[in-house]
Amino acid sequence: MSAANNNTIDIKKSFVDAILAGLISLIVFGPIVGVVLQGYSFNMEPMRVAWLVGIVMVGRFFLSLFLQTEKGLSVLQGFERPGSGVHVLPPDYKSRLRWVIPLVIVLAIIFPFMANKYVLTVVILGLIYVLLGLGLNIVVGLAGLLDLGYVAFYAIGAYGMALGYHYLGLGFWTVLPLAAVAAGLAGCILGFPVLRMHGDYLAIVTLGFGEIIRLILNNWLSFTGGPNGMPVPSPTFMGLEFGRRAKEGGVPFHEFFGLDYNPDLKFIFIYTVLFLVVLAVLYIKHRLTRMPVGRAWEALREDEIACRAMGLNHVLVKLSAFTLGASTAGLAGVFFASYQGFVNPSSFTFFESALILAIVVLGGMGSTVGVVIAAFVLTVAPELLRSFSEYRVLLFGILMVLMMIWRPRGLIRISRTGVTPRKGVAP
Amino acid sequence: MSGPILELKEIDVFYGPIQALKKVSLHINEGETVSLIGSNGAGKSTLLMSIFGQPRASHGQIVYRGTDITHKSSHYIASNGIAQSPEGRRVFPDMTVEENLLMGTIPIGDKFANEDMQRMFELFPRLKERRNQRAMTMSGGEQQMLAIARALMSRPKLLLLDEPSLGLAPIVVKQIFSTLRELAKTGMTIFLVEQNANHALKLSDRAYVMVNGQIRLTGTGQELLVNEEVRNAYLGGH
Repeated sequence: MSAANNNTIDIKKSFVDAILAGLISLIVFGPIVGVVLQGYSFNMEPMRVAWLVGIVMVGRFFLSLFLQTEKGLSVLQGFERPGSGVHVLPPDYKSRLRWVIPLVIVLAIIFPFMANKYVLTVVILGLIYVLLGLGLNIVVGLAGLLDLGYVAFYAIGAYGMALGYHYLGLGFWTVLPLAAVAAGLAGCILGFPVLRMHGDYLAIVTLGFGEIIRLILNNWLSFTGGPNGMPVPSPTFMGLEFGRRAKEGGVPFHEFFGLDYNPDLKFIFIYTVLFLVVLAVLYIKHRLTRMPVGRAWEALREDEIACRAMGLNHVLVKLSAFTLGASTAGLAGVFFASYQGFVNPSSFTFFESALILAIVVLGGMGSTVGVVIAAFVLTVAPELLRSFSEYRVLLFGILMVLMMIWRPRGLIRISRTGVTPRKGVAP
Repeated sequence: MSGPILELKEIDVFYGPIQALKKVSLHINEGETVSLIGSNGAGKSTLLMSIFGQPRASHGQIVYRGTDITHKSSHYIASNGIAQSPEGRRVFPDMTVEENLLMGTIPIGDKFANEDMQRMFELFPRLKERRNQRAMTMSGGEQQMLAIARALMSRPKLLLLDEPSLGLAPIVVKQIFSTLRELAKTGMTIFLVEQNANHALKLSDRAYVMVNGQIRLTGTGQELLVNEEVRNAYLGGH
C-alpha cells in the first residue's frame, strides 16, 4: 500500500469486512442461538440471531473503519512486531526486581495477620502452583522438553506423604525431602526411555506416564485406597501439633507458646513453610540458569546437535532437567496433601497437567517472574470467579485467546542477563 | 610432523540398507590441513559425522591419537580434543556471540575463556563488533565465523569443518578461507570437508576426493588442482 492510500478511508472495504463478519456470525450463531429445543420439537428464533449478527456487523464495520485511521494502523503494526526469541539484556543490567522482591517479602510477612482462612487457603494453592510452574518451567521452558504428564510427579509427592504416614508413620518434615527425592527418581526413570524423543512424541509418552501413575493410584485398592483416597496428617512444628488438643499427651502449639487457640494456625504454618520453600526454589532456579547446567539446558532447547558437537553429554543434561523438575513437583505434592488433609486420584488428572503447562506458557516459557504471576492468575482467578462458576472455563478460554493475540510470547517475555566470561587465569 | 592424529581404517557406514561409506581409509597428520572434496551425496558429511559416532561405523576402526574411538559416545569424542563446526553452522540462535563462544569452552572449563575469546576476536574482528548480539540476528557469514570460533574455544587438537562455504557469498567465502589459512599457519590441524574444491585444494596440504562413498583419489592440494579427473569427480562424473 502506498503512502498516499494510508490516509484515505476505504468505506467499501469496511462494508465488505462487515458483511463477511456477518456471514460468519450467522453460521456460528444460527444453529446455537436461532434454534431452541422444546421437548421433541424446536422453535426458530430468528430475531435473536438477527440481533447478534447485527451487533457483529456494526462492530466489525466500525473496527474496520478504525483500523484504517492513523491510530488503527499503528495498532496493527504493533501486532507485527518481531517478538521472537529470548531478549538478552546487557550483563550489567540491574533488574527492577531489586525493589520488587523485598516488597513482596514484606507483604508476604504481613499477609497472614490480615487474611482470613479462606484467603489464606487460596494463596497457599497459588503458591503450590507457583512451585509446580517453576518445576515444569525447567523441563518445558528451559530444556524445551514438552512434558504432559507432569502431574504424575505431583501425585508421587502427595501420595508419598499419605502412604509414608499410613505405612511408615513418617511426618511432614521427613516426607518433604524424601518426596522430592522420590519424585526426582521417578523423573529420572521416566527420563531414560524418553531421551531419544522430541516434541510431539515426547509429549505422548509423558502423557501416558501421567495416566499410568493415576491409574495405579486409582486401582491399587489395597495399597493406596483407590478412589476413596487416603487421609494425611496435619504437619507439626518440632513435634508440636496445631490442633486444639494434642493426641497422646503431647502439648499443642498454642499452649506451648501461651497463645490463644487459632484454628487457622495449621494453614499459617503451611503458608510460612511453603513461602520459604518457594523462595528457596526461586533462588536455586535463579542460580541454576546462570550456572553451566542452566546454559546447557538452554543450549539443548536451541540446538541438540550443536550441543553434542560441543561435547555436552545430552543424556545428563536431559536427565538433570527431568529430575530437578520432578523433584520440585514432589515438594508441591507434599504441601498439597498436607493442605488438603486428604488425597485421592481425582486431584491428579490430565487437566492438572494442562493447567500447569498453561501456567508455564502463559507466564512466558522460561521466564520465572512470568510463571509466578501466571500461577497466581490461573489459581486465584477461578476462586474470584466462583459466582460465575458456570462460565469459568469460558473465561479461561477467552483469556487464552486474548493472550495469543496480545502476548504471544507469554505475560513476561523471557529475558536473560547476558553472561561475561570470568577473568581468565592464564597458565 | 609426527604420526597421524586421526586415522580411519577401512570404515563402512550404513544408513539402514544403504551403504554410505565403503571401506574408507584416510589419515590426518599433526599440523596438516587435509581436505575432503566430492559432489553432493558422496558421503563427505557422513564421514565427518561417523568420526563422532553418528552414525557408527559398522566395520573398521577410527583411531584418534592412539585410542580407538570407534565405539565411544559423541560427547566423549567432542570433549577430547576434536572440535567440530557442524554443517549448517548450528549456532545457538538465542544466545549472544559471547555466550555461544562460552558454550564452546564446555570440554575444558572456562579458565581460559577470556583469553581465548580475545584471540577469537582478533581472528574474526567482525565478531567483536557483535559480541552482545544474538546469533540468530547475524548474517550467514558471521554465523559461520562464530561456529568456527566456537569450535576453536575448546582448544582442540583437531578441527573438523563441515562445508564452511555453504550458502555464503563468494567474498565472504574468501574471507573465511583466508582466516583458515592464518589458522593453519599457527599449526592447527584442520580437516576440511568442502564442495568448493577450488578454495579447499588451494588451502590444503593434502586432499582426498570422494565419489559414491569411496575415496577415488588422493594427493597434495596442488596435484589435485591440475588433475583432470578431479574436475570430473567434482562435477559429479564417474
